[in-house]
Amino acid sequence: MDLTRRKALALGSATLAIASLSGLPAFASLTDEAITALTGGAEVTEGGIDLIAPEIAENGNTVPVEVSAPGAVEIALFAAGNPTPAVATFKFGPLAGSRSGSTRIRLAKTQDVVAIAKMEDGSFRKASATVKVTIGGCGG
Amino acid sequence: MASGVKPRVKVPKKASAGDVVTIKTLISHKMESGQRKGDDGALIPRSIINRFTADFNGQNVIDVTVEPAVSTNPYFQFEALVPEAGEFKFTWYDDDGSVYETAKKIAIG
Repeated sequence: MDLTRRKALALGSATLAIASLSGLPAFASLTDEAITALTGGAEVTEGGIDLIAPEIAENGNTVPVEVSAPGAVEIALFAAGNPTPAVATFKFGPLAGSRSGSTRIRLAKTQDVVAIAKMEDGSFRKASATVKVTIGGCGG
Repeated sequence: MASGVKPRVKVPKKASAGDVVTIKTLISHKMESGQRKGDDGALIPRSIINRFTADFNGQNVIDVTVEPAVSTNPYFQFEALVPEAGEFKFTWYDDDGSVYETAKKIAIG
């Protein structure tokens, strides 16, 4: 096999692609682990929960997010690309006027924000939104 | 005790019995995440508000578990059911053991 410059370049970019791919599951699993800890491995279905987050956040230090899930007892927020994915968990008491809440969060970089709601019947719902971050918010 | 901590809440002064009101809360707190490095390159130790609760006449409205990923000056907005006249009590729990409290009365009218 004669190794031309072009082939060498192709080879190089292929390795790069593999390297960057292998970096991703590490983050995903951290969030997945946190979600499994919450759900106990139960199936998580999409829908029945709203997550409102901006598409683009110029400043990752304060990103407004809003979650609502009618019939939820608990809603947890995760940021998949942060050093630690857990963000906040809203638990609703007997006098909660609606199953919703909003807060401002820090995002280290462009990433998915995930909301998991635990419903009254014990099932779990999921929603996610991608937020583009121009300036990260975790120091680093 | 973290310095300059000041809780602020916005609650309507009155509502009809059975109404759902929107409540906004904010506490000035630096929320040091424990991920940031200082000028000397060493990690700045974590110092955050880790829990926030709101109660009305002793019954819970919302209980939030807060992680370092919540922004500086943690802000929470939520809705509460007002069955009667009474008092909302808001409590923030700091990592260092400090507890910050504030209360707001609401009348029926």
